[in-house]
Amino acid sequence: MALVTTTKGEMDDSLLEKREGSLDNDNELTRWVEYWLDGELVHRSVHVHLKKNVFADGMAAMFG
Amino acid sequence: MANTQAMCTSFKTELMTATHNFGTAPTRGTGTADTFYAALYETTATLNAATTAYTTSGEVSGLGYSAGGVAVTNATAPTSSGTTAYWTPSASLVYTGVTLTTAFDTVLIYNQTQSNKAVSVHTFGSQTITAGTFTLTMPANTNTTALLRLA
Repeated sequence: MALVTTTKGEMDDSLLEKREGSLDNDNELTRWVEYWLDGELVHRSVHVHLKKNVFADGMAAMFG
Repeated sequence: MANTQAMCTSFKTELMTATHNFGTAPTRGTGTADTFYAALYETTATLNAATTAYTTSGEVSGLGYSAGGVAVTNATAPTSSGTTAYWTPSASLVYTGVTLTTAFDTVLIYNQTQSNKAVSVHTFGSQTITAGTFTLTMPANTNTTALLRLA
């Protein structure tokens, strides 16, 4: 048993339906967890692990 | 020996620490690092390479989220390897106890110390948060994967 923070306050997770999912592509690895109560979403947390960066290519110009 | 045209790697790193100034620039009264923040933006916002500063336009709003976002942990100074200078926040960006019901997909890193000037825009899959936590974990701080790279 564990307490989950929900839109209705702290609730025991045994009272809730837990749904999880993930997404893995070139840009990110994302995992999410949802808790539902009688068909209502009461908690959703997301963890995104960024894979891509922003890149600047610095070049020294040639003369002439 | 032969000479090779190049942008010096040390210069790239020094760009990240404001060592060089080719034009009018802010006067720095301190040698300490600036304070950077990370703000989240809705999918309908238009942040891109043309973004020059933090804006509230298109920023997420909701329970537990403070306009301007969260402070970026910056415990690791910019460095270089090979011919690439790079930097990455030294901790994940964590938005704890928030409810963001309008879909968002972007984080803006900006320099709060320097008039909220923009640094970089990063996108990810569209998300919402309900009475939960949104965590953005950074890529590894290497010359090939760091969040910001000058090569």
